Amino acid sequence: MSGLSVENISMRFDLPNGASVQALQDVSLQLKEGELLSVLGPSGCGKTTLLNILAGFLAPTEGRIVINNHTVTGPGAERGMVFQKGALFEWMSVRENVGFGPRMKGMANAKKNEIVNHLLDVVGLQDFKEKAVYELSGGMQQRVALARCLANEPDVILMDEPLGALDALTREKMQGLVLKLWKETGKTIILITHSVEEALLLGERLIVMAPRPGRIHKEYELPFAERGVGADLREVKKSESFAETRDEILSMIWDMEEEIMGRTEATS
Amino acid sequence: MIPFLIYVAIFIGSFFAVKAIAKGMTKTSDFTSLKTVTFGDESAVTPNKVASIISIATIFLLWGAFTGSWLTPIHVPGPFQGEGAFTYTAQTADGTTDDATVSVIVHAVGEPVDAPTVEPGDGFAKNDAMSLAVWRSDLIRVDRNDEVTRDDGATVIAVNGQPIAPGGEVSIDIGSVSMTPKGTLNFEPAKGWQMEPIWLPPPEQVVYRLWNIAKDGYRNFTLFEHLGYSLFRVVVGFVLGALVGIPLGYAMGLSNWFRGWFDPIVEFMRPVPPLALIPLIIIWFGIGETGKIILLFLASLWIMTISARSGVSGVNISKIHAAYSLGASKAQIMRHVIVPNSLPEIFTGARVAMGVCWGTVVAAELVAAEQGAGQMIVAASKFQLTDIVIMGIILIGIIGFGIDILMRWGERVLVPWKGKS
Repeated sequence: MSGLSVENISMRFDLPNGASVQALQDVSLQLKEGELLSVLGPSGCGKTTLLNILAGFLAPTEGRIVINNHTVTGPGAERGMVFQKGALFEWMSVRENVGFGPRMKGMANAKKNEIVNHLLDVVGLQDFKEKAVYELSGGMQQRVALARCLANEPDVILMDEPLGALDALTREKMQGLVLKLWKETGKTIILITHSVEEALLLGERLIVMAPRPGRIHKEYELPFAERGVGADLREVKKSESFAETRDEILSMIWDMEEEIMGRTEATS
Repeated sequence: MIPFLIYVAIFIGSFFAVKAIAKGMTKTSDFTSLKTVTFGDESAVTPNKVASIISIATIFLLWGAFTGSWLTPIHVPGPFQGEGAFTYTAQTADGTTDDATVSVIVHAVGEPVDAPTVEPGDGFAKNDAMSLAVWRSDLIRVDRNDEVTRDDGATVIAVNGQPIAPGGEVSIDIGSVSMTPKGTLNFEPAKGWQMEPIWLPPPEQVVYRLWNIAKDGYRNFTLFEHLGYSLFRVVVGFVLGALVGIPLGYAMGLSNWFRGWFDPIVEFMRPVPPLALIPLIIIWFGIGETGKIILLFLASLWIMTISARSGVSGVNISKIHAAYSLGASKAQIMRHVIVPNSLPEIFTGARVAMGVCWGTVVAAELVAAEQGAGQMIVAASKFQLTDIVIMGIILIGIIGFGIDILMRWGERVLVPWKGKS
């Protein structure tokens, strides 16, 4: 079977004081090739843990991840990561950062340069290819991170709040770029976010996770990502169905937060 | 105390003077000059160039003024030098008194002049003469040539008409005269406010020494050899320390076993000042090159180890994760992520280590060495060759400063991403 399946993942951390935290409990989901999934949830719901398991940085205590018919045991080039910030290599130029994956594979220079040039065109950084990454703005740095990930031609792209550190305007532009890249490359993308609007815009499917223990609370199939490709995202956000879904999810998360607060107050 | 007060006066005086002059000039309108809040704004405080120039000029002015240098137009009063005289009044046991003159020649140090010949004069007290060097004092038994001497019961009761007794002292125009308990006079020419060259030589004498030693060398080694040996020891010791310390630091940053094994050693050795190791090093390796290089190796080793270790531990885990996700192997991550990421830390460590090594080598040479910058100044100090000592201190300072500038330059060129993540 092609695609990605998360099979009954559970994750328990043992604390030094003998207690243990159930970060994830029995999480399962199936993703077809080329699907765009966004994951949303209040802080502490285990969404970053889930992503780290998907990337292979953490081994789950139970369950397994299967990608293209093989089980994930560690990090691999078929799963690209885009981090919130700080993951670019400052000692390399924009071009070298984007070409890192191909270079590690030992790809011939000519072919590597072709890929890099193409991707720099796609993300609109052709004029900045020789700059050091620390000379770029936050938005541009995230474009480099996207291009670097794509240059490695992964099957799945995992994004850990990739736009979280950007200002609102840049963020909106980047959301458009993510949609464009998704449509053009046809990659499977899993995106973690704490912004409800972003989750709605950048998810064909959206799962809302609940905390303590981390689990899938509700799942949506959404039309907004498809609508947003190449269109004005603000128009998409103005639609009534968007506003309704947003309010529904917001109040759902509010309830979860209230419940956590209530529980903490009760125990304290 | 007086030089310090003058220094403070110049500091305050030039502040107001420069401020007054600057007021008359057209103001530059850069961004900082438009700030209304400058007190507490660190970025608005920049070193005043005029103040820096005046500061350096003041040091040389004071140095020159208090050493009689020809570099400075004004001098504080110097010591009395030349010919002078004072009179003394002698009294015999029966109460008769008589005056006589003591002619004095105060000559420059190292250029002795014979005491002048003087007419004995009339009366039982005869005129005397003495010759002595500036800043020195000399005893003179004025009664020795008198007709009635101390042994006959004569005593000196006044100098220049001012009464004096054993243990007492009177000031005269050319200095002061005191009397020993036995009744001998002791003349001390006025010292003025200037410093004696064995305490502080004038700047030109230091420059002259520099030229002299650069030309002829000092204690069988040229100046270049003295400084070169010190630098050579520092560079060799530091390079060895870095060659061992950096891999060790990497190993400690990457392996539990290495971290556990070396942590106690490194943590213990790091706070031990390298100077404290000098005695042991001398016992084990003697005072030759081996001991010095080992000392400097030890001085730089721990610093380099710790900086390499923290360079490795300081790598953002996102970078490592990203590299793994891009398909890099462990060796590639080491080569392309961990090493470049740790370079800024290592450079900072190298700057510190070079500074410590330079200080340590000078101290080690002070203790025992055949040649070197420290050896040069400690040998000179034993012969009170203050000019060489000052010259050496200035050269050591310049070289230490030069090393730091060089390291900073290297840092800028080689690790431009420092502090940019």
